[in-house]
Amino acid sequence: MIKVFKLPDLGEGLTESEVVAWKVSPGQSVELNQIIAEVETAKAVVELPSPFTGTISALHAEPGTVVGVGEPLVSFDIEGADDDAVLASGHAPAKREANLVGYGAIVEKDGRPARRARGPVPASEAAPVVTAVVEDALAVVPDAVQERPRSTPPVRKLAKDLGVDLTQVTGTGQRGLITREDVNASASGTAAESVPVPSAVDGVRESRTPIKGVRKHTAAAMVASAFTAPQVSEFLTVDVTESMELLARLKANRAFAGLKLTPLTLVAKAVLIALGNNPTLNTRWDEAAQEIVQFHYVNLGIAAATPRGLTVPNIKDAQGLSLKELAVALAELAENARAAKTTPAELNGGTFTITNIGVFGIDAGTPMLYPGEAGILAVGAVRRQPWEHRGEIALRQVMTLSVSFDHRLVDGEQGSRFLADVGSILSDPGMVLTMI
Amino acid sequence: MLGEDSTPHPQERSRREQSEDPEFLQLLDPSGQRVARPELDRWLADVDGEGGARVLAGLYEDMVVIRRIDMEATALQRQGELALWPPLLGQEAAQIGSGRALRQDDFVFSSYRENGVAYCRGVNLNEILRVWRGNASSGWDPFEINMATPQIIIGAQTLHSVGYAMGIQFDGADSVALAYFGDGATSEGDVSESMVFAASYQAPVLFFCQNNHWAISEPVTLQTHITLAERAGGFGIPHVRVDGNDVLAVLAATREALDRARQGGGPSFIEAVTYRMGPHTTADDPTRYRDANELEDWAAKDPILRLEKHLESRGLLTQELRERVAAKSDEVAGVVRNGVITMPEPEAMDVFKHVYATPNSWLSRQEDHYRRYLAQFEHHGASAAGHVSGGQH
Repeated sequence: MIKVFKLPDLGEGLTESEVVAWKVSPGQSVELNQIIAEVETAKAVVELPSPFTGTISALHAEPGTVVGVGEPLVSFDIEGADDDAVLASGHAPAKREANLVGYGAIVEKDGRPARRARGPVPASEAAPVVTAVVEDALAVVPDAVQERPRSTPPVRKLAKDLGVDLTQVTGTGQRGLITREDVNASASGTAAESVPVPSAVDGVRESRTPIKGVRKHTAAAMVASAFTAPQVSEFLTVDVTESMELLARLKANRAFAGLKLTPLTLVAKAVLIALGNNPTLNTRWDEAAQEIVQFHYVNLGIAAATPRGLTVPNIKDAQGLSLKELAVALAELAENARAAKTTPAELNGGTFTITNIGVFGIDAGTPMLYPGEAGILAVGAVRRQPWEHRGEIALRQVMTLSVSFDHRLVDGEQGSRFLADVGSILSDPGMVLTMI
Repeated sequence: MLGEDSTPHPQERSRREQSEDPEFLQLLDPSGQRVARPELDRWLADVDGEGGARVLAGLYEDMVVIRRIDMEATALQRQGELALWPPLLGQEAAQIGSGRALRQDDFVFSSYRENGVAYCRGVNLNEILRVWRGNASSGWDPFEINMATPQIIIGAQTLHSVGYAMGIQFDGADSVALAYFGDGATSEGDVSESMVFAASYQAPVLFFCQNNHWAISEPVTLQTHITLAERAGGFGIPHVRVDGNDVLAVLAATREALDRARQGGGPSFIEAVTYRMGPHTTADDPTRYRDANELEDWAAKDPILRLEKHLESRGLLTQELRERVAAKSDEVAGVVRNGVITMPEPEAMDVFKHVYATPNSWLSRQEDHYRRYLAQFEHHGASAAGHVSGGQH
């Protein structure tokens, strides 16, 4: 026998939820309290435990669709139970506006339900004072708000029960009042209509996604970056063959056993050394205080593509880290980002950022500054290319470095020296000896 | 995350130091090993003595059962059978350890999360969830189980408990009033005021603070710069900080405090350091403000897991015990679920019941108006009226 489970109010005063994913499919048998779906409300993503033991007979909403509270969500086939007499009309109950706990009561914008006077009212009940208050309340309602169709509470209840949308009903009562008869007539007319079928994915020419979450945050940060800091970009292509050889030797070294060493590890170390010699790249423009903040530490941000979108966690006090510690910190940061376990503390307080576009096979680009930072370095892919080497053309491993800096803080000279330093370390790691 | 020889940024360092928990008393470490603590051990003669196995098994059963009640209630909320539920997941040791230390004539004043304590008090399983379904204004008769119905106003129940404790004093009895509250409540004026009165009158009251680290989305580090237990010291109230995920430490500390009160030694304050592993309520999403790593760290200190390890190390976690506890959990969950889904809906006019003990003319007038209003609904009767009158929680 079929039991229909209708979406409950999962928070306090919610009116709808979005189906994120189904954990079951029709025909599957489920246990009581087995998780059958994940749904997202205005407050949280929650798991839905099955209210019955039985077999799933139908799922009434595709993932990604919004279901109103009280609308059918899933049907169960349960042995020995009586059928639910629901679903046939497919009409959703009238929607309420969400009133989240802690956000205060919603002001009734469309007037109070008009009390219909029923026969003579005893004198003691006329209560003129109360009437005046109600009218005052009505007087302050802005005119722009569309008036709710005129009807009475019992009629509205009837309409809700029958699934009739009162805005679609023409009232025949006094001054356009919608009567019980109007609702009944409308219900018998609409009951025959079929349930609207969500349009198929095929043939859809465009779709819209609400701007929210990480996407919204990224957009705001990038707009802030583009319109507050005048940015200059510079590029340098260097022969990193010697760095790659160094990397191979380190990987074989027992001290680095089990550690993930990548070109990024060396670039990060090179950047930290170069920042020591070119501190203007590690500053912040404090507009409010009209001051330039020079950081004497480096919180090294690493742009990370995560399942949730772009995040830029940073390694605190990276300036003092040995190459090994840096490799550990980078691995940990990547691991946390992948598992979406990056903490808010890791996302705040960065002073300089590295973005590794090489992993996508890209050579160069003009990276956008992370708001509040003076510099960002994009690391390109390492490629074998014909390159001048000791007076001859040889196949060498080559990488392009792209740096953007805030021209309010960093002049072309300082920016160029910084980029040249990073390049010279990577093309000849021995040059570090001249810099520290 | 950084190497050991690195120097953290000053700001970062202070934040880290704050978040680290200072010392607390522990009798079972997270691996389930019994730690000796003479000052607490003396309160556990029954646990450490002859019939200890039975006592431990009882505590284990209680913790597993209340976790099951809690999970069943959470599921019932997701299934639309309850309006709201405040999970206690993770706080089982704090609630069972303290709840099982009480005598029947002691009186509990709790917040809304102490459903495990209500279980210890012997509440009718059908009554625990009545309020959360919105079917009644309160769940049970306080005088049947000597536990007031849950207080929703944060911290207000501490005042009630001190008042009750002063009443015990006037009666010359040796029972104790218990106030259960959370870390967030300690920031409320009511809690400070009740500690003033408790100390001034040396009332037989135990302030039992479950520091579950989160006042909805506010971490406890924002509420205080010292331990919550130390606050009681400012009022001259003896205080102790125990591992709230260690049922034995909680049991021992509660027994000591109750004994002090019964001997005329006045109030005590226990801070049970625990962790709210679930959301604040079913309407909350802790992932919006809480670090996933933190939850993982606390999962490793799970109170039930810890007692299981201890029982296992002593060869007490038998198949028979596991099966008995599982059967009991299933039975209790079934009773709770059935009680909720078969609970009779209240009548619309029931809202006027239990407002005043004696007839009241103003209320009668409202009742009369409302009855006539409902009469408009003709055939739809009480259910329609229920909809119109039903407010939001």
